[in-house]
Amino acid sequence: MVVMIPEMNFGWLIPEITIAVFAVITLLLSLLWKKGGLKPFLGVLPLIGAVVALYYTFHLWNGNLDLFNRLYTIDNFGTFFKAVSLIILILVILLSFRYVDREDIVVGEYYALLLFGTLGMMILVSSNNFITMFIGLEMMSISIYILCGLLAGNLKSVEASLKYFLLGAFATAFLLYGIALIYATTGTIDIREVATYVKGGGFLVTPTFMAGLALLIVGFGFKTASVPFHMWTPDVYEGAPTSITAYMATGVKAAAFGAFLRVLFTAFHPFFSGWTIMLWILAVATMTLGNITALKQDDVKRMLAYSSIAHAGYILIALAVGDRTLSSTVLYYLLVYSFMTIGAFAVVIIIGRKDSPNTGIESYAGLAGRHPVVAAVMAVFLFSLAGVPPLAGFMGKFYILTDAIRAGYYWLAIIGVLNSVVAAYYYLRVVMYMYFKEAQTDIGLPDFSVGSAVAIAISVWAVFHLGIFPRTFLMIAYKSSQIFM
Amino acid sequence: MGAIGFKFVVFFISAVVVIVSSVLMITRKNPIHSALWMILAFFFMAVIYLLLNAQFIAVAQVMVYAGAIMMLILFVIMMVSLDKGHQEEQREQKPSVAKKVAGALVIVILAVELLFASILYQATARPGVYPADAVFSVGNTKTVGSLLYGQYLFPFEIASILLLVGIVGAVVLSKKHK
Repeated sequence: MVVMIPEMNFGWLIPEITIAVFAVITLLLSLLWKKGGLKPFLGVLPLIGAVVALYYTFHLWNGNLDLFNRLYTIDNFGTFFKAVSLIILILVILLSFRYVDREDIVVGEYYALLLFGTLGMMILVSSNNFITMFIGLEMMSISIYILCGLLAGNLKSVEASLKYFLLGAFATAFLLYGIALIYATTGTIDIREVATYVKGGGFLVTPTFMAGLALLIVGFGFKTASVPFHMWTPDVYEGAPTSITAYMATGVKAAAFGAFLRVLFTAFHPFFSGWTIMLWILAVATMTLGNITALKQDDVKRMLAYSSIAHAGYILIALAVGDRTLSSTVLYYLLVYSFMTIGAFAVVIIIGRKDSPNTGIESYAGLAGRHPVVAAVMAVFLFSLAGVPPLAGFMGKFYILTDAIRAGYYWLAIIGVLNSVVAAYYYLRVVMYMYFKEAQTDIGLPDFSVGSAVAIAISVWAVFHLGIFPRTFLMIAYKSSQIFM
Repeated sequence: MGAIGFKFVVFFISAVVVIVSSVLMITRKNPIHSALWMILAFFFMAVIYLLLNAQFIAVAQVMVYAGAIMMLILFVIMMVSLDKGHQEEQREQKPSVAKKVAGALVIVILAVELLFASILYQATARPGVYPADAVFSVGNTKTVGSLLYGQYLFPFEIASILLLVGIVGAVVLSKKHK
């Protein structure tokens, strides 16, 4: 019996190790600094950790190798998603400085769990093995379950946490069952080996295998909040602390789509004809239901939750088309989507107050008169979400729909276009309230802080830059999706 | 009766007991009774694991699930007052016809799928690296241990961070706020 101790290549794990170490340090220092005046600095520590990790993540670019007996993989695809989740983490931390203070959230655990959640995302997206992928997914999910319930004494927050936990545990069971069936029919849990075994001949497509694939799609569909596995989304997004909602709507979605893409396009691409129909239906249902339900929302936070469901639908278009050479558009879209969504949630945060979140649409009435800058940036984010050129949201949608047409999925493209027309209504409704309605009640000036100003500024810059000069980022996305060739 | 026949009888008995006690577990009104039926289901699951040559998992099942986890569940049931459960019952509504039909439909579809899957089942997987004979010559526990600390060292290590997240969460959510 030979024990195969893996070679210890810790050099490639510097970003992950940095995040883990900073999470533990933050947790410990929060106990020591509780009393003193150092409490505000607790947020700076994870920010430093995230920036350092991001710096080292850039160094991983173009590194392609397997670590630890092929249980962990460094490739451009994983590196891209690692960088995206770290950028999202940085923006969320910037937003949290004032928000955590205002809402009286336990600081140390809040930041530590944010870091642990990001660590889970990084592990999730850079593994070609179901075991590692599953542990990463769980690490991410469990951190988020807890983060949802951190608003002290707020019943909606507790409800969000419990609801997400119960349904999430159920979805995890689906995913695990899917993995078990795949393992039972192929005898391996490495997704590249699944692909080679399946293509190698002598493999029969059995109902057991297809059931495993379907269960995997259910599990990932839940994590990406696709219809019909979206039931938890509006309540959880509404009840969770707004900074965490922003984190869930962007980080969790990006990481889950990353892993979904990797599994579908590596292991199951030979069965493309089997799952393209499933994803076609998922995409159409997700877009349509997300957009139509968003029309009726009078709460901006809830409206953004439905809008995030609808955007998952647009991304699913690209997955359903299933062209591996074009998968870079998904990566580009996720990047764009993250910036505009975080920006919109940042405005929701600064409009709010302790004990009155002011998320109703009437709180936005007359915002342009009271604070033209905030109204202007909110308008930028909403126009971008609606897909108005020259903003980044337009380019993202444009590339996805072009892919669909190029691959011959005309109906999917038409439904996508019709949906973005519907979506324009509810985004522009908020803009209309901000510019053309008189304020009914005085809710005061926005609760501005340096952190949120920086986060908003970065998002605005990114929305313009990605929209006007998309080429560089498309090339990066293209290089990242080279692993599927 | 040969070894195969004996194995089949043992499997049949334990499978029936697992199914019956699982059904009883979810239908009992008294939570303590449910917990006791759950212990029974866990025990006979361990017997099935033994039949599959997975001695280590069988022992872990008895010690961890039937032992430690059940103790915790019983503690919780005894600490949380039981009367609340009875009050909930009265507010319970009868499911509508539509719900009943939908539920029945799902069950029928699942049953048919199960039937098809078991009739059409083919062993398509390639042979594993650790067949029963190889595991037998080394020992089950030793094989699991060497895999856990050897080939699967990385997931094993990150699972410890996962547990840390769980602990932090349990503490922060149950902590009394000012």
